[in-house]
Amino acid sequence: MKKFALLILSIILFWGCTDDGPSGPSVDDFDREAILENWADNLIIPSFSNFSETTGQLHTSAETFVANPTQQNLESLRESWEASYLAFQHVSMFEMGIAMQIRYRDYLNIYPTDTEEIENSIQSGSYNLELPSLTDSQGFPALDYLLHGLGQNDAEILSYYTTDSNAENYRNYLTDLTERIDVLTNQVLGNWTSGYRDEFVNNSGNGANSSLDMMVNDYIFYYEKNLRAGKIGIPAGVFSGNPLSSHVEAYYSNGFSKALFNEALTASINFFNGVHFGNEANGQSLDDYLDYLNTMKNGADLTGLINSQFELARDEAEALDPDFAEQVLSNNTLMLSTYDELQKNVVNLKVDMLQALNINVDYVDADGD
Amino acid sequence: MLWSIVRFAVNGWISKLYIEPQFFFSYYGFEWVQPLGEWTYLIFAICGLSALFVAIGFKYRIAIIVFFLSFTYIELMDKTTYLNHYYFISILSFLMIFLPAHAYYSFDAHRNETLRSQQIPRWSIDSIKLLLGIVYFYAGLAKLNSDWLFEAMPLQIWLPAKYSIPLLGDLLQQTWVHYAFAWSGAIYDLTIPFLLLYKRTRVFAFALVVIFHILTRVLFPIGMFPYIMIASALIFFDAGLHNKMLAKISEWLRISKSFFDNGHHYQYPKVWIRKASLGVLTLFFVLQLLIPFRYMLYPGELFWTEEGYRFSWRVMLMEKAGYANFKIVNPENGQRFYVDNTEFLTRFQEKQMSSQPDFILEYAHFLEDYYQQQGIEDPEIYVESYVALNGRRSQPYVNPDVDLTEIEPSFKHRTWLLSFNDEIKGL
Repeated sequence: MKKFALLILSIILFWGCTDDGPSGPSVDDFDREAILENWADNLIIPSFSNFSETTGQLHTSAETFVANPTQQNLESLRESWEASYLAFQHVSMFEMGIAMQIRYRDYLNIYPTDTEEIENSIQSGSYNLELPSLTDSQGFPALDYLLHGLGQNDAEILSYYTTDSNAENYRNYLTDLTERIDVLTNQVLGNWTSGYRDEFVNNSGNGANSSLDMMVNDYIFYYEKNLRAGKIGIPAGVFSGNPLSSHVEAYYSNGFSKALFNEALTASINFFNGVHFGNEANGQSLDDYLDYLNTMKNGADLTGLINSQFELARDEAEALDPDFAEQVLSNNTLMLSTYDELQKNVVNLKVDMLQALNINVDYVDADGD
Repeated sequence: MLWSIVRFAVNGWISKLYIEPQFFFSYYGFEWVQPLGEWTYLIFAICGLSALFVAIGFKYRIAIIVFFLSFTYIELMDKTTYLNHYYFISILSFLMIFLPAHAYYSFDAHRNETLRSQQIPRWSIDSIKLLLGIVYFYAGLAKLNSDWLFEAMPLQIWLPAKYSIPLLGDLLQQTWVHYAFAWSGAIYDLTIPFLLLYKRTRVFAFALVVIFHILTRVLFPIGMFPYIMIASALIFFDAGLHNKMLAKISEWLRISKSFFDNGHHYQYPKVWIRKASLGVLTLFFVLQLLIPFRYMLYPGELFWTEEGYRFSWRVMLMEKAGYANFKIVNPENGQRFYVDNTEFLTRFQEKQMSSQPDFILEYAHFLEDYYQQQGIEDPEIYVESYVALNGRRSQPYVNPDVDLTEIEPSFKHRTWLLSFNDEIKGL
């Protein structure tokens, strides 16, 4: 009899779950597609549009400089480079779609740049920048070297573009680099505005290949690898034991590494909170999704924890020298403590957030049990 | 007693096993190390071929032994891919080594008149029923814990993420649905073996089996397991049904089924073989009944330490995510640095590694060897790790002050884990 009761209970429970009859509940009140729309329309595409303008400007400045290599033109080229490099920090994390296929980020920002390779290419005058083996002799880090690192002072640097026996090759290489950045960027932007945007937004299902899963994976990968390790951890010697000042981003410039880091951190925080590019408006993003999921289980306020950890990292970085290369040599402890604060959010994002969102940390659609 | 049932069960799920090569290859492709290089393909080929031989009953004994060995070998190559249902296949094939599943409707029986029998001993069929019963019942017992029943965890994490499933998607956002799934799942697992055993509830029970497993197939990425279990459950039906099915198959294949219907009772060729088989099976089942309870020998929370978690039919009970950051210290000069795990592991492996203590230890020893080759004579290895279990906040996992190179893998209690800050009540 008892068994029979259990049986009946199980039937009721079972059909309860599969049948959405008249007693059915209200519909799901969280719209995941809204997150994808917000990301695409208010963060990704505007960031790329803005970046594309700066890369166009960068190329124009380079052409002006090459036509007339004066101190003044060098300075305005440097300004364009800085503006563009900062804007790049807002698109670097979006390695999706065609950007992923062409390994966009690798062609724009592998550092330390290979100066020997650069010099070889310039001497020979023949090179194919589309070769994957040349990713570390192009992009912003290579421009950094060409604009800041060729000589001890500006006169010496200018001489490479004017009186040097290979001056023409230097000038060509410079504009080849700025042109390539511009072309690649327009390729990615064009992809987003002509079709990929809809593909991205419509792929709103669940599973390893959905836009949400892939974007979140990309975001965390970027935060861990490019921001935490690349900008802070590696120069501070976290993975090698000794500080590596030459591994700082924008190493040849005078103190631009901190500005780049701050911009990238801001971009990461904005993405998490869905803050629109270029204004303060706040749309749907991971913060809202976490809040929604938390209403079901009354767990810890992950959104709050992650955001306050972001702020702790930002505060810790405030004391750093504008030039991280200087910082790791003079007082690496400060650099390490910034790393520690960034590290704490890796745990929050990668362990707690991924678990709450039920997103796997890999693209593998393997079986579970 | 009744003939053919084992035969059919084999046919039933082995036909699924034909598909296994694809299924295997896809999961095989995700591994980062091939223990035998190109030769691994050969093992899979052998495994698939032996499965085919088992299904058609050709050289059955040799085929099932080869299948058991090759399948288990594949399973043992990389524990990253451990799944309860692979283990189930492994032990089921071990069990079948001792059963006369080739006595009816098989190539062997066709060629060999002394083997050909319409009836086989009752215990040989009952043993498979018993194994299935253990799987379900133990899976049910394992669900009797406070996380599953009173927090609906980890279903509460898994189900809302399935929002895009037609019809069910919206429903899965409802808290009551999570609880309904949790409770009905536990009741289902605990009662289904008995419902299948009783003739009066059997058809209904089988309908439940089909619904339950199809639902799990829709909701979770669990591969072939639902189909295997549905097919296996057919063994609870009596011979009438299987005869009808075989008759149909015979029509399709133009095989004379009546050729096998000779009324003979299967006899083991030697009495000692029969006795030995029964002895092995008795031992096998005693172990099967005891192994899932071995966790009781360890202090601490099972879900946290995972001491005795595997091979215990604990399915779908945990959502565990971890993060492990390894620190290498060179005691000679005090130099210290962290390891970039992606240098050595895929993301999939890193994920598996970072929440399971035996993986963490094994990886630490691998790192020790690696850095010894890199010139650090006696590296110390520490790990800063965090684990989040069933929706709780992540908390420190391994004691960060323990040099893992000093710890040898063993079955002893892992004192180098930090204790769990919560309590999960139940079995």
